[in-house]
Parts: sequence; structure tokens; C-alpha cells
Amino acid sequence: MIEVRNIHKSFGDKEVLHDISMVLEKGKANLIIGASGSGKTTLVKCMVGLHEASQGEILYNDRSFTQMKDRDRTQIRKEIGFLFQASALFDSMTVEENVMFPLTMFTDQSKEERLERANFCLERVGLQNANKLFPSELSGGMKKRVGIARAIALKPSYLFCDEPNSGLDPLTSILIDNLIKEITEEFGITTVVITHDMNSVLEIGDKVFFLWQGQNWWQGSRQDILQTDNKELIDFVYASEFMKMIRKKGQ
Amino acid sequence: MLRQVFTRPEKVVVFRRQLLLEIESLGIDSLGIIAIISIFMGMVITIQTASNIDSVWIPKYTVGFTTRQSVILEFSPTIIALILAGKVGSNIASEIGTMRVTEQIDALKIMGINPAGYLILPKITAGVIINPFLIIISMFLGVGAGYAICALTGLVPIGDYIYGIQLDFRSFDVAYALIKTVIFAFLITSVSAYHGYHTSGGALEVGRSSTRAVVYSSITILIFNYIITQLLLI
Ligand SMILES: Nc1ncnc2c1ncn2[C@@H]1O[C@H](COP(=O)(O)OP(=O)(O)OP(=O)(O)O)[C@@H](O)[C@H]1O
Ligand SMILES: [Mg+2]
Repeated sequence: MIEVRNIHKSFGDKEVLHDISMVLEKGKANLIIGASGSGKTTLVKCMVGLHEASQGEILYNDRSFTQMKDRDRTQIRKEIGFLFQASALFDSMTVEENVMFPLTMFTDQSKEERLERANFCLERVGLQNANKLFPSELSGGMKKRVGIARAIALKPSYLFCDEPNSGLDPLTSILIDNLIKEITEEFGITTVVITHDMNSVLEIGDKVFFLWQGQNWWQGSRQDILQTDNKELIDFVYASEFMKMIRKKGQ
Repeated sequence: MLRQVFTRPEKVVVFRRQLLLEIESLGIDSLGIIAIISIFMGMVITIQTASNIDSVWIPKYTVGFTTRQSVILEFSPTIIALILAGKVGSNIASEIGTMRVTEQIDALKIMGINPAGYLILPKITAGVIINPFLIIISMFLGVGAGYAICALTGLVPIGDYIYGIQLDFRSFDVAYALIKTVIFAFLITSVSAYHGYHTSGGALEVGRSSTRAVVYSSITILIFNYIITQLLLI
């Protein structure tokens, strides 16, 4: 479980996050949605310490991450899988080396064992026959999937995915959503997913947080979204004709 | 940052592999350019000394002596270090800078790896290990090229040149040159890595960091060259 308490974050004198509090539960897919530039990536980076929050506290299982020494933070980070919005694959390594990398660094497994695990993860994200390619030879969607495979290679206790299915076709997108949901429930992972994709929200959103102008504007389950009367959330969710249709049907 | 660089590596096997890769990319790959420059500079130093000492009072073997001293004391350790600051320095800064702006360094950090140690320590170690070899090769090539010029053109009788390069040889001069080399290797790799590591922004800033790496490592080399010379030779 991760708890966010009254987080503020400013870049210079521009406040990006304003007094955000939320509880991200274990074994659940916690979704963060919001318009582009609303601070989603910034919030998640504050949670893992890639940005230092200007104010507020982050707790991992009731232990304050914000006040922790570097050494203890490192321990927690070894349990974190993180998918970056732009994938951030190591471009000097092949696909399979990227996925094997966390295993190489933190386990004593033999090369065969690591390779087997890497292949298993790559298969789970629907990516075969790309093992020997370098990141520069991959499409955006393929990079995303390698990023996810790398994030889950070490069986993390906390999984952060920054837009895991942006740039993916609908079919692969569903594959990824299902994968996230499955491993979250199976291994009791605390999963945090940033997404724009309403499909994913309705598919896997156990808990949904809507950021609006740097604030935690609304939160609830995916069922709650369909009945909300929060104006900003309605504007965000029902922007497309398709979603408007769904809403009409629902009523 | 230096403290983070010199913490114990996560895994010795991984460190060793990185180190070998860096020795290849920072050292072996520079051999070609070092050879070309050393040979041409050795020839030119010999010709210039010979043409400037056009007096019956100064013995011909002075040419060999001067070539040897210039190559060992200054040319090989300092000028080659400056060339390497350009080649290796920009390479290190742009590689690490690119990793910074594409969030690869953040990716390392989030995995619980110390990015400074993982990326920079192998580079510094590789530079400090391999550069003395490069410089020794450069010395031989420089002095050898002077010999070749004498043999080819008869500018100075070969016997005199050989006598000159053996005259008054002090092994301390070589030690002095190698001490400089090790210090310069440390400066090039650490200054460049620092500028790469502290890049922020995008591709444009990576270019800027790379330029800054070359400029600052060159300047620190010159300053330290002066300091070391003052301390060791006087
Ligand atoms: N390193 C930074 N320095 C200055 N400003 C930043 C920095 N990172 C983000 N911002 C600003 O913070 C705001 C929120 O950015 P963030 O990346 O968190 O948005 P987001 O919700 O993830 O958007 P998107 O959906 O487009 O990824 C933006 O206005 C951005 O300009
Ligand atoms: Mg974002």
C-alpha cells in the first residue's frame, strides 16, 4: 500500500501539484487519469523519489519514503517496477538484455534462467522474435511493451506504468490491460497506472483518481465514474461521441 | 557526486564486463588517431630542431636529445591528453548526457542502482588503466618517427640521432610523464562524466554538455600540467 499525504510540487514558481492525498491499495489497479499537463507523471515521479516533493509525505506500507535515508530508499526501489512514458530502454542493450538487466543486477540466476524469465515476460506482453533487436529498431508500441516486460521481470511489489497503452493498437492494448490486472491480483502488487484510455479505465480501474489542474479532483471506482455529476470529470470522460453514446445508453 | 562514483560496485562481474568494454571504447579505439598524431609530430619536431640548430658549435646529436625530451616530457603526455579530451571527453559526455535526457539514468535509479557508480566508475578506471599504455606507445612512435626521418633524409646522421636519444636518459622523466598521464586520464573522464551527468533538457543540451566537457577538461589539464611540473621538476 502506498499513501500520499498532502503533496505539493512546484517547478520554479509554477505549482504543478497542489495538496494531493490518496491511498493506493495493494492488489488493486489504481488508475490516475487527467488531461495532458495536469501533473500525472510529476505525481508518480514524486512517489518514487525521481522528483522531491516540495511539501508532503509519501508512505510505503506506513514507512515514510520521504524521510528515508538513501540506503533504505534503494531497498524499496528494488521492489519497484517502473514503466516510463517514453519507455527509457537502455539503448546500448538489446531487447532481451534490457529485460534481463534487473535480474543480472539483483539475482544470482544463471544466464539460462535469466533468459528464460526474460522470454516469459516478453511473451506475456505479446512480443516474440524481437529479442536481438536494439531499441532504435523498435516501434513506439514495441518499446512500451519491452518497458513493461522489464518492469515486471523482477516480480515487483509496486508497479508504476506511465501510459502503458498509449501508442498501442486496440488488441494489444487489451492484452496489456489484462496482463496488468492479472499480475496485480495474482501477486498482490500495488499497481499505479497513468492512462488517458477510457477503455482501460472501465476495464481495469479498481480505483480511479482524476487529477485536475494539479489537484486530486475526484476519486472512486469505475462504476462511480458512470454516475458522477462532477462537471470537470464529465467533460474529461465524455469528450468523445462514443463515450457520450455509452452515457446515453446507461441512462 | 564523486562519493557516489566511488561506492562499491553492485556486482563485480558486471563491473568487470563494463570495464573491459570501456577499455576498448576509450582506449583501443583511440590507438589509430594517437599513432597518426605521434608519428607526424615526431617527424616535425626532429625536422624543426635540426633546421633551427644550424651551428657548428652545437653537436648534431642535440636533435635526437631534444626530440626525445620534447616527446617524453610534453608532447606525449600533455598534447595527446588534450587530443583525448576532445575525443574521449565528448564521447563520454554525450553518451551519459543522452542517457540523462532520455530518462535512462532515472530508470537505473528507480531499479535501485547507483547510476553514477554504474556508469562513471568503469570509465574513470578504464582511462586510468589504459592511458599510460597509449602514452608509452605514443612516445615510441614519436621518437621512432624522428629516427625514420633521419634515416630517410639524412638530415642528421643516424648515429648522432641514436646517440642523442640515449644521452643523459633519466627514467624519472618517464615516471613524471606517466604520473601526468594518470592524473590527466582521471581529469578527462571525471570532468566529462560530470558534465554529461548534469545535463538537463534535450538533444541541444547534450551537444552543449559535450562541448563544455571538452573545454573544461582541456583547461584543467593545462592547469594541472603547470602544477605538476612545478612540483616534480623543480
Ligand atoms: N522537469 C520539469 N521542469 C519544469 N516543469 C515541468 C517539469 N516536468 C513537468 N513540468 C510541468 O509540469 C506540468 C505537468 O507535467 P506532467 O508531465 O506531470 O503532465 P502529465 O499529466 O503527465 O501530462 P501528459 O498526459 O501529457 O503526460 C506541465 O505543465 C509541465 O510543463
Ligand atoms: Mg505524463
